[in-house]
Amino acid sequence: MKSTEISIWFFIGVLLTIYGVMIMLYGMWEWVTGNWKLTNVVLANLHAPVWWGAIMLALGLFYSLRFRPGKEL
Amino acid sequence: MLELAATATTSGGLVSSMMASLAIGVPSLAHLSPLDIAVIVIYFAMVMWIGFYLKKRANTSEEFFMAGREMTAWIAGLSFVSANLGSLELMGWAGSAYQYGILAAHWYWIGAVPAMLFLGIVMMPFYYVSKTHSVPGYLKLRFGQGSSIVAACSFAFMTILMSGVNMFSMALVMKVVLGWDITFSIVISSLAVAAYVALGGLRSAIFNEVLQFVLIWGGALLVPILGLIEAHGWTGLKAQIIHNFPTQDYLHMWKGVGHFSDNPMGVHWTGIVFGLGFVISFGYWTTDFLVVQRVLAANSLRSARIAPVIGSYFKMAVPFIVILPGLLALVVLHNPDGSLMHLVGEDVVSAHPGMGLHSYNEVLPLMLVRYCSPGLLGLGITALIAGFMSGMAGNVSAFAAVWTYDIYQPLINKKAPDQHYVSVGRWATILGVVVSIGAAYLVMNAKGIMDYVQALFSFFIAPLLGSILMGMFWKRATKAGGFWGLLIGTITSIGLWAWVKADPSALRYVAISPDAKDMAENMYRALWSFGATVIITFVVSMFGTARPVAELNGLVYGATKLPKEEPVPFYKNEWYWAALAVVLFLALNIIFW
Repeated sequence: MKSTEISIWFFIGVLLTIYGVMIMLYGMWEWVTGNWKLTNVVLANLHAPVWWGAIMLALGLFYSLRFRPGKEL
Repeated sequence: MLELAATATTSGGLVSSMMASLAIGVPSLAHLSPLDIAVIVIYFAMVMWIGFYLKKRANTSEEFFMAGREMTAWIAGLSFVSANLGSLELMGWAGSAYQYGILAAHWYWIGAVPAMLFLGIVMMPFYYVSKTHSVPGYLKLRFGQGSSIVAACSFAFMTILMSGVNMFSMALVMKVVLGWDITFSIVISSLAVAAYVALGGLRSAIFNEVLQFVLIWGGALLVPILGLIEAHGWTGLKAQIIHNFPTQDYLHMWKGVGHFSDNPMGVHWTGIVFGLGFVISFGYWTTDFLVVQRVLAANSLRSARIAPVIGSYFKMAVPFIVILPGLLALVVLHNPDGSLMHLVGEDVVSAHPGMGLHSYNEVLPLMLVRYCSPGLLGLGITALIAGFMSGMAGNVSAFAAVWTYDIYQPLINKKAPDQHYVSVGRWATILGVVVSIGAAYLVMNAKGIMDYVQALFSFFIAPLLGSILMGMFWKRATKAGGFWGLLIGTITSIGLWAWVKADPSALRYVAISPDAKDMAENMYRALWSFGATVIITFVVSMFGTARPVAELNGLVYGATKLPKEEPVPFYKNEWYWAALAVVLFLALNIIFW
């Protein structure tokens, strides 16, 4: 059976994907340019935006694909 | 909301603190980058998209008010918890954890988990089988119109007022944390909530609550993770707390509650177990329509029973993003000169303007600013906004259902086409938001109202629990017994509150001890009013004639034949997961004893 409605998990997947991309790319830019050393953020050396953004992106892609509209359920 | 209802001091303190900060012109804690702004704007775009998308699925009253009763157990369960997880709770209880230590977790564990399991396993069949649209609707079926109208009017009034209080509090948070204009915050967030709930009804509110629940975790979870790394793990955190505060016990939940004066909260274990753990908690989680409505929208009886069980696991986990940051702040927050930062009460902040002091309730924003770079900070702020919006959407969607089904339909227009009631529900949603905005400005201009509003909310919880339990579990309870029990129980609660206000020494009678503080007073007042409701219902019922048992099918334990559910594997069985939740709940209490 094909799903005809958009699942809430798809909406969540899309939002997490967008956030994941934005935050991870910013974190990578900050890391590459060395700007993370200029911030007042504690533990900036751990580059949280990169791995937190990557986790969000992975979860977002999983939910977006798993619950995409029209997918066979 | 339970936390609000149970504690006038904590969230009242949050607002007072914010007001004090505004009064002395303290600079905002954080400045948002364009990336942060983009994160927030995308969030608003997403909730509006969901509202517009779901408009086509909110055409009948069953769809608009009950989401078509099509929600899966997971969606109903997450929405059930999310409607309760407001930004005020997040901030207020993080501040309480800084002030009182892990004792604050009682409001998330014993103050929620047993009641949620009881709702799912024991009470849900009666709500669900009776096909009621609301909790006052159940009272109407069981005790008649009188009890239903009392419960519906008090619920509608308090829901809207609490929605206004939350709205104002959220706007204050945005003002203090980000420097945003209060009216701007109120208007934008209210319009968004009004639009997506009026468009898509309960389904839209529930879908957005699930989205908001994910965002709250996504935005707040990083703080305890990075905090634990900085504090060298839980063991390191405990060692540093003991080193920094050798005379205070921040790390035990039950050790210091043998006497009122042995703990900073001024509570006693009897108040925690019976007042909070039973009356207040059960009253809120099993009879407040704000949360029960989410579970009633489940697609089957099994889903309706398992949804609160799923919610209980997430409720047990919430202290990780609320209580733990408060404890971490005790050791990681430092002043610019390197000394340990000491957060203070709002009275101290306002008495020393310009000294850069921060209040207990600024713990979460301070921790967010400490660990979150651009993007992540926006995500954290979005989590706070999402928390506020999920709570407000819960309030207005519940208000719309109670107004339409339990006030408008029986009292104003009994027989109208279904489409008419959907329109009434849409307008009630918008009206609810408008009145909430009015309430927000009322609170803003009459600062003392905050404490009264929260006390008012607690007046109705305990008596309603007494009525519902007597009606659900005692076949002999009569219509008159239900009505007078509910009314006198409510009057008892208000009377006890007024007595202590007029004569503070009465605390020794109401809360058993002169050492008791506000929280303990709330707990014992709830106990007395619950007791009054049960006794009056019992006595009046004994003088009346009970309804025939045949009429009580679907309403009362022992008179109801529950539908047979298909056997399922153990991992899909609500009893299995409820038992596991009990084990986890006991383990947590023992570990942090």
